[in-house]
Amino acid sequence: MQIIKKIGLFIFLIGLTIFTTLPFIGEFMVTPETLDKVIEEKGISSEIFIQGMKENVVGREFSGMLALSPQISQVLETANAQHRKGKEYKKVIYTGPHDMAAAIGKASGGGFIVENKVLMWFLTFGLGILGALLFIIPNIVLLGQKGIKNDGIYHENATNRGWIAWMVFVFLVSFYLVLYFRSEYAVNWTYLVDPISEFLSGNPAGHWFVYGFMYCTVMTVMAVRMYIKYRHNMYQIIRTTSVLFFQIVFAFLIPEIMVRLQMPYYDFKNAFPLDYDFFFQWNLKDLLNSGGIGLFILVWGIVLTLVIVPVMVYFFGKRWYCSWVCGCGGLAETLGDPYRQHSSKSLFSWKVERWLVHGVLVFAVGMTLMTLYSFFSESSTVLGLKTQSVQSAYSFLIGAFFAGVVGTGFYPIFGNRVWCRFGCPLAAYLGFVQRFKSRFRITTNGGQCISCGNCSTYCEQGIDVRAYAQKGENIIRSSCVGCGICSAVCPRGVLKLENGPLKGRINPTEILLGNDVDLMDLVNKK
Amino acid sequence: MEHIVIIGNGISGITAARHIRKLSDKKITIISAESDYFFSRTALMYVYMGHMKFEHTQPYENWFWGKNRLNLVHGYVTKVDTANKKLLLKNSEEILYDKLIIATGSKSNKFGWPGQDLKGVQGLYSKQDLELLETNAPNKEVCNRAVIVGGGLIGIELAEMLRSRDIPVTFLVREKSFWNGVLPEGESQMINEHILEHHIELKLDTNLDKIIADKNGWAKAVVTDKGETIECTVVGLTAGVTPNIDFLKDSGLELGKGVKVNNFLETNVADVYAIGDCAEQQEAIGDRRPVEAVWYTGRMMGEVLAQTICGNRRIYKPGHWFNSAKFLDIEYQTYGWVFSEKAKKDHEHHFHWRHPKEKICVTIAFHKDTKLFLGINTFGIRMRHEILDRWLTEKRSMDYVMEYLKDANFDPEFYAQYEKAIVSQYNSQFGTGITPKKKSWKRIFSNV
Repeated sequence: MQIIKKIGLFIFLIGLTIFTTLPFIGEFMVTPETLDKVIEEKGISSEIFIQGMKENVVGREFSGMLALSPQISQVLETANAQHRKGKEYKKVIYTGPHDMAAAIGKASGGGFIVENKVLMWFLTFGLGILGALLFIIPNIVLLGQKGIKNDGIYHENATNRGWIAWMVFVFLVSFYLVLYFRSEYAVNWTYLVDPISEFLSGNPAGHWFVYGFMYCTVMTVMAVRMYIKYRHNMYQIIRTTSVLFFQIVFAFLIPEIMVRLQMPYYDFKNAFPLDYDFFFQWNLKDLLNSGGIGLFILVWGIVLTLVIVPVMVYFFGKRWYCSWVCGCGGLAETLGDPYRQHSSKSLFSWKVERWLVHGVLVFAVGMTLMTLYSFFSESSTVLGLKTQSVQSAYSFLIGAFFAGVVGTGFYPIFGNRVWCRFGCPLAAYLGFVQRFKSRFRITTNGGQCISCGNCSTYCEQGIDVRAYAQKGENIIRSSCVGCGICSAVCPRGVLKLENGPLKGRINPTEILLGNDVDLMDLVNKK
Repeated sequence: MEHIVIIGNGISGITAARHIRKLSDKKITIISAESDYFFSRTALMYVYMGHMKFEHTQPYENWFWGKNRLNLVHGYVTKVDTANKKLLLKNSEEILYDKLIIATGSKSNKFGWPGQDLKGVQGLYSKQDLELLETNAPNKEVCNRAVIVGGGLIGIELAEMLRSRDIPVTFLVREKSFWNGVLPEGESQMINEHILEHHIELKLDTNLDKIIADKNGWAKAVVTDKGETIECTVVGLTAGVTPNIDFLKDSGLELGKGVKVNNFLETNVADVYAIGDCAEQQEAIGDRRPVEAVWYTGRMMGEVLAQTICGNRRIYKPGHWFNSAKFLDIEYQTYGWVFSEKAKKDHEHHFHWRHPKEKICVTIAFHKDTKLFLGINTFGIRMRHEILDRWLTEKRSMDYVMEYLKDANFDPEFYAQYEKAIVSQYNSQFGTGITPKKKSWKRIFSNV
């Protein structure tokens, strides 16, 4: 069994190595036809750009995007600089240099990778999946009897912030940086999933399709790990299935199929303000121009945020969204599960959390109010602030950097819910409802707690669960996503996630159950 | 300002300190030789197994003590001078007190076995024991076999710990079945099976005769009372614990097995109190033992004594017995009294249900004549403390318990429920026709 695991790890690493090498290799040649097509699609009227491209790029062979991309960027920036100098604003190209390089690169790739997409898919994704499964499945036997198996988590390099964890950190951060800020280097990856994308939406894959496909793949493989690890725990099994279903069907398949049906790309479960650009001008225009379905999405999006989400939180707690439906939560609960113990439980972290997450919520709501004001009043500034600058700042700082690079990249070091805990504005909103008006609580079972600390250690949201449990108090915290792991790891059966009457939900106690002192009446009188 | 000195920073001493601070402004000093900060002893096993780091066993952050003016002293008390209200520390430092709380906990039992003080022979109680185990048994290469002596809760924990590092374990249990001085037969039998499932070599009805040393003074084998010699490098002595009170011998305090206390946790000397594992009740409370080395009783004594010390003199009155433990993968809870075959009285009858395949079972004790519900043991099913405590107080009948069993279930959501099977077996065994009632929030929270 250990041998199968090692073979699996080896195969996985081969797949990962090939995948990681792809951005650096490949053959690219921009033909005059490709250039013409791009000029037409982007409506480019800059003769300096066209001239520059013809002189420096077209017809030449480039080996790898590392060679091609700087050329395109340079031509573009030179052209734009000259036009700005000459105040020819109409000729300025507003497509960013990296998006331009990605678009041109995608249409110009050739050679082995492009000609053998299916084979290359197998050598990257295929080997990765196969290797990972070979690594995971022997655990059915190796973990022994079913039950909580956290043996060695703090002895293993990978799960105790050792060098492997730091390598994973570097890989994830780099991957997200490429995805958000240097998409041209993802061009070779897009070829691998072109056949799948064309099958689904009819279009070749972009780098976001690569991400979406990879997201589903990683979640599925790591869900297998969850199924094995928590095979004794029905709550974990059902929850994992739910979160996987919503990712694959709602976040991945339905939007792609909608595109095929000429509808707007929309993830029906992605609620504002997590879906921060829902009210952006381009999206509203897009929806309003899409007929009945566009209008439906617009109404659905508003009702989802204002009615469905809070009502569901009232009945079930925010877990229904954060750990049963949400994509970010889904990745955290599958890929992130081995790292859940790294969330800081200090009081200081809790302070930081409250300032940050509520700050982001204020930022998101403020930005949206500005956006709507600008949309209806058709002015581009609000109180002297340029709406678009605020939107760009949010997209960059929160949307890309916080949610992506930090949110997932920091898994191996700061735990799997960095984004959900410190950054997600939707989580902050749901948190208010959960804290003040919800039937959900984690019930503490009388006086059974022995303060061992398993619950706190494995709380991904950094809640010091033990602090409540050892006082006999129920855990009512806005940040709790109801993953259920505290209850699972408790060796004494102290914690239970449940929905019940509001009365008595919050139960501060002086003396715990079992101590029959008369003063129980004395001090518990509130 | 009155100076309260607490010897011992375990759960009882710390609970007392916290509650005294909540109720008053007294000067509080806590002395410990074991650790700088309070930690949860029950979690030591998880540190060795790699579930946690030692710091995770500390329920309070390090700033907590300063902020709450709880003065921590690292030191070992060698002498208590009650006449002058003075403590002498190992480093010759003296500490004066106005009121003294002794909360020094337990130490591992050693019954005078030959070889019990050899290197490689240890108990599992303190932080130092954990550190020693890490040295003695870091992996299966250094420790190619461990023998554990004593079939109780610590013994099975130690076995689980060592198995988590693939170290072969032989488990010597004096009784004919694991922990059957406490557990009824069916349950004890199930745990025997589970121990074997974990590849622990279980030797029942076997006592330790002696431990043999190698030429360097390390344990190299044990000899059992059956004459068998088992080679090993580590011997775990886990035959229970005893109050840690040797330093009090000449203090004038009345000592028995532990420090003798009355209902108010007061010793025979004024202004000296004892709580937790080291306290011995002059008269046992209900069916409880005079010395109870249980986590929550230590905590409860701390809660009560804090009231007394702050001028609100209260009697220590633990309510219905309850407890819990985990045997490898099987969780165990108990509420009320369910005695083993050896210990139970004539009127105590048991109803036992065991799952046909899974390691899940329930034993309910009741009075054979009145059918009064006496207590319940569950394995692999979690129960709601509040409900069972209420049923015990309300002196419910066995039939009532069966009818409302669903109210008491505390398993996580979506878990399989066994009430139907349990009640149906009960019906066929006792000729009743009980239909279990649906779980009702209203009933569960009716006392809140």
